Amino acid sequence: MAKQRVKFTFPTELIKEPVIYRLGKQFAVVTNIRRADVTEDRGWVVLELEGEIEEIERGVQWVIDQGVRVDPVPGDIVEG
Amino acid sequence: MSYATHLRCRECGRCYPLEPVHVCEFCFGPLEVDYDYQALGRDISRQRIERGPLTVWRYGDFLPADREQAVDIGAGFTPLLRAQNLAEALGLRRLYIKNDCANPTWSFKDRVVTVAATKAREFGFDTLACASTGNLANAVAAHAAKAGLQALVFIPADLEQGKIVGSAIYGPTLVAVKGSYDDVNRLCSELSDRYPWAFVNINIRPYYAEGSKTLAYEVLEQLGWRAPDHCIVPMASGSLFTKIWKGIKELAWLGLVDWAHTRMSGAQAEGCSPIVEAWERHSFNIRPVRPKTIAKSLAVGNPADGYYALKVLADSGGFAVAVSDDEVVEGMKLLAETEGIFAETAGGVVIAGLRRLAAQGHIQPDELVVAFITGAGLKTQEAVLDRLVPCLVIEPHLASFEEAIAGHREAVAAGRHTSRGESHG
Repeated sequence: MAKQRVKFTFPTELIKEPVIYRLGKQFAVVTNIRRADVTEDRGWVVLELEGEIEEIERGVQWVIDQGVRVDPVPGDIVEG
Repeated sequence: MSYATHLRCRECGRCYPLEPVHVCEFCFGPLEVDYDYQALGRDISRQRIERGPLTVWRYGDFLPADREQAVDIGAGFTPLLRAQNLAEALGLRRLYIKNDCANPTWSFKDRVVTVAATKAREFGFDTLACASTGNLANAVAAHAAKAGLQALVFIPADLEQGKIVGSAIYGPTLVAVKGSYDDVNRLCSELSDRYPWAFVNINIRPYYAEGSKTLAYEVLEQLGWRAPDHCIVPMASGSLFTKIWKGIKELAWLGLVDWAHTRMSGAQAEGCSPIVEAWERHSFNIRPVRPKTIAKSLAVGNPADGYYALKVLADSGGFAVAVSDDEVVEGMKLLAETEGIFAETAGGVVIAGLRRLAAQGHIQPDELVVAFITGAGLKTQEAVLDRLVPCLVIEPHLASFEEAIAGHREAVAAGRHTSRGESHG
């Protein structure tokens, strides 16, 4: 089993969608929220994903396809 | 010796031993180095610092690594120059340029990497790694060579050849990653979880970031142990900006300078300005962006320290400013033509931001202002290539020269050639 720490940033139109719930239902991925800030028009959630690595990757790709931005927890790693 | 005692979560305050970790296990907040300031306060003095070497390790007491074991290729103690000509052009009276082009690999990244490499060796790592499009890659490759560490440098596959040379010369393993900027980010995050490397801005980040404080210490010492009234700093991840502020506060807490209520202003390029955008919305929530600017060394769309940079802007009463790519080029030319300093595009962002803030009256003429120039212009020549006055091509005799020079002077007088950052074309 692998673990991956990620940050989801939600656009306004997805604030009301249960994206994290569906991620856990549709994929064999355990979601564990550690920190979040969500208001009526935007939001971000820092969470840990646990599962087989291929399943996490499929799940993350599905989240991206929904329109959520997915980043590593430390922010951008590529620097100038 | 180092006075560093532990790592502390910047969100929930939990403490951790000084190990190669970077996020809190509970809230995944970022970790920062904390020090025994009481002991440091008892031992430190201006004289003790002044006896140190003319590098960042002069301030080894304020860094989380052992000065005696430093991986030192001479980073730091770069010139602080009184910029009289530029000041006059901007309507200011007391302007200084901190010229970090004068570092061993020609950017401020040497400051952070000398600390990261030293700490990596202390921890027993055999590989120093990073993902970079330029300055950081150069600094990591050079310091790894000096330290006898393996260097692994990840670069985007479409990076220009000219940018690769400045790293390749030091003999690192260069890995060109196909895919988008976001893909490279995600891959490097996964690699850092899987392999036992010292990834300077991931698992070594708490130590690495502390190296930026030395910019503040140097400026305060070079000003005769006083803090400036106003700093203007380029913002990418926001780390440099917050650490300069931390450095100023530390010297004030320890009584080495008087508290001067220094205002911290930050500049970004419009094509990648998530911190400025949040500041203008009066929000502490950064909206990540996809970078599109010639200021590639500042092209961090999801800044790790963006929130903390916003706090510093608010706490210090500073301003955030975003400038266009055209203004960036004009800023580079203005600095070069007035002060003889050829800065990279990030320097153009700072000078253009300074010009904007001065014109808007956000910087008072009598303020003691320091502008931080963080990298050398030879690294980003392509940004200005088509904006320079072409050379005069002549035949090898006097008449040809005199004809050409007369035409040239006429063109300058008529304003057809750029002069002092004014109109051109």
